[in-house]
Amino acid sequence: MADTFLAITPRPAPVKTEGFVPWVRRNLVGDWKSGLTTLFLIALGVVVLQRATPREWGVARAVFAADADACQAARGIGACWGVIAEKWRIIIFGRYPYEQQWRPEVATILMVAALVVSCARWFWKPWLALLWVVVLAIFFTLMGGGVLDLEPVRTDLWGGLPLTVMLATLSIFLAFPLAVLVALGRRSNLPAIRTVCVVYIELIRGVPLISVLFMASFMFPLFMPQGMSIDVLVRVLVGITLFAAAYMAEIVRGGLQAIPKGQLEAAATLGLTYWQTQRKIVLPQALAMVVPSMMNNFISIFKDTSLVTIVSLYELTGALSLALNSDVEWRPFKIEAYLFITAIYFTFCFAMSRYSLWVEMQVGVSRTR
Amino acid sequence: MSDAIIEFDKVNKWYGDAFHVLRDIDLMVTRGERIVICGPSGSGKSTLIRCVNALEEYQEGRITVDGVVLTDDVKAVEAVRRKVGMVFQQFNLFPHLTVLENLTLAPMWVAHAPKKEAEERAMQQLERVRISEQAAKFPLQLSGGQQQRVAIARALCLTPKIMLFDEPTSALDPEMIKEVLDVIVELAGQGMTMLCVTHEMGFAKAVADRVIFMDQGQIVEQNSPREFFDNPKSERTREFLAKIIGH
Repeated sequence: MADTFLAITPRPAPVKTEGFVPWVRRNLVGDWKSGLTTLFLIALGVVVLQRATPREWGVARAVFAADADACQAARGIGACWGVIAEKWRIIIFGRYPYEQQWRPEVATILMVAALVVSCARWFWKPWLALLWVVVLAIFFTLMGGGVLDLEPVRTDLWGGLPLTVMLATLSIFLAFPLAVLVALGRRSNLPAIRTVCVVYIELIRGVPLISVLFMASFMFPLFMPQGMSIDVLVRVLVGITLFAAAYMAEIVRGGLQAIPKGQLEAAATLGLTYWQTQRKIVLPQALAMVVPSMMNNFISIFKDTSLVTIVSLYELTGALSLALNSDVEWRPFKIEAYLFITAIYFTFCFAMSRYSLWVEMQVGVSRTR
Repeated sequence: MSDAIIEFDKVNKWYGDAFHVLRDIDLMVTRGERIVICGPSGSGKSTLIRCVNALEEYQEGRITVDGVVLTDDVKAVEAVRRKVGMVFQQFNLFPHLTVLENLTLAPMWVAHAPKKEAEERAMQQLERVRISEQAAKFPLQLSGGQQQRVAIARALCLTPKIMLFDEPTSALDPEMIKEVLDVIVELAGQGMTMLCVTHEMGFAKAVADRVIFMDQGQIVEQNSPREFFDNPKSERTREFLAKIIGH
C-alpha cells in the first residue's frame, strides 16, 4: 500500500525571542533580583542626571534673558541663552534690512511649505510644477523687491536661513536632472558625449567646493565682457549645482550599472526607443536603488551651502559669525549660538533622512513578496 | 519562395576578433513553421535566434525577416522588432511594474494604443496564458512558471508574426515546466511561426515541424522530429542525443 502524504498544518511562529522587548523582559525584569537591580539603577540614573552639569549648565543656572551682564556673571556656570534672544534676527536673516525682515520670513515659510507638500505622494501631480513656479516667483519677488512698492534689496544682503534653504533647494532641484543626463551620457555609445561627461565629472570631483565657489565668485567675472555681469548669487548657485551634479551623476551611474542587461533586451524586443527605455524601465529602477546614497548627497549639499560664507554671502553659519564677531559683549557666548543653529541644521537634516526611509519603503513595494 | 518568413543567407558572426560564433548559417523558415533548436552550450543556438530580432548584430551574410533585410539601419530594426516577439530564459519582466503594466507598456508607448484598449487586450492575453487573476501583482510576487507565462503574454500583446523562445523553461523548477510548455504548445496550435531553443525533447516531438541541431556555430543536422530522434544522420547528433536522453 502506498503511503499517504499527510501535510502538517501550519502553526504560528513561537513567541519572539529577539528584539528589544523580549531582551528587556529577559534581562532586566526577569526575576525579583534583576527587577530590583533595574529599579535601583534607574533611581541612581535619575539622581545623577539631576545633579549633572549639562542640566545645571543648560537649564538650572542658565540665563534666558537678553542681558549681557547677567550672562557675563553666569559665565562658566550657566548657559547664556540670552544671546539667541538678542541675536536671533541676525542669525536667521543675516544682513537683510531689519525693518524688511518680514519678507524673507514669509518667503522662507512659503518655500519650506512647498517642500513639505512636494514630499507627499498625493501631491505628485502636474500642478506641483506650477506650484513651484509660483512659489519661486513669490520668493524672489519678496526677497529682491523693486516691484509692488517693495524696497529693492541687493542679493549680497540676502542671508541666513532663507539663503541656506534657497541655495540647497535650488541646487538640488537643478543638479538632479543634470546628474541623470550626465550619468546617461557617461554610458552613451557616442564617444563625444561620453568624453564630455567624463571630463566634466572628473574635473569637478578633482577640486574642492571652496575653489569652485572662488572661481564662480572672483574669477568668472574677469572673463566676462566689459560692463556685463551676472549676479554673484546666481554664479554661486550655478557653482554649487555643477558641483553637486557631478557627484550625483556618479551615484546615478551606480544605479544604472546595477540594471541587468536582460531588462534592456526586453525593452528593445518590445520596440521601446532609447529614451522610452531609460524613462520607463531603467531610471525608475536605478533611482530606486540609490535612494539612500542620493539622500546622503542631498544632506551634504544642504550643509555644504555654509561654504558660501567665504565669498561673502552670509547664510546661516555665516550670519552667526556676522552676529557675534563684531560684538564684544556677546562674542563669548558663541557655543550657545552654535547650539542654536545646530538645532536648526539637525531639524532639516533629520527630516530629510526620515523622509528618505519613507521613500525607500515606497519604492520597495514591488520587491516585497 | 514567397512563404519564407525568415531567411538566413551565409550568416557569419564573431564575438570580438577570435570567437567565430555563427559559421555560414543558411536557414529558411516558412510561415507558420515551428522549429526547435538544440545543441550543447556555446553552440550558438541562442545567438542564432537573437539575430532574428537584432539583439545581436552579424558581420557577414544576410538575414531577411518578413521581407525586411536586417541591417544596422534603425528603421529596419524597428520594423523587424514590431513583427517578432521574444521570451527569455530569465523572463526579464520589469520588476517595478505590475503584471498588467508590464503588458500595456509597449502597446501604449510603441503602438500608441489608448490605455483602456491596451488594458483590455492585456487582460485577454493574460486569460490566454491562464493568469488573469494575478494582473495587479508585481512580477516578483509570482512563481517562476507564472512569471514566464506573463512574459509570453507580454510578447503576444504586440501581435507578433514570429515568436522566439530562448530556453523558456531552463530557469524553472521542474514542477513548473509543464504549465509553461502547455501555453507554448497551445500557441503552436494556433499557427504562430515559432523558433524555440530548448532541451525539452518531449516538447520538440510534440510540436516541432523541424528540429535543428547546432554545434560549434554550425547547423549540424536538421530534420523532422521523428527522423531526427529515431534516425539521426550524424555521429555528433547521436552522441548529443545519447547524453540528454540517456539519463
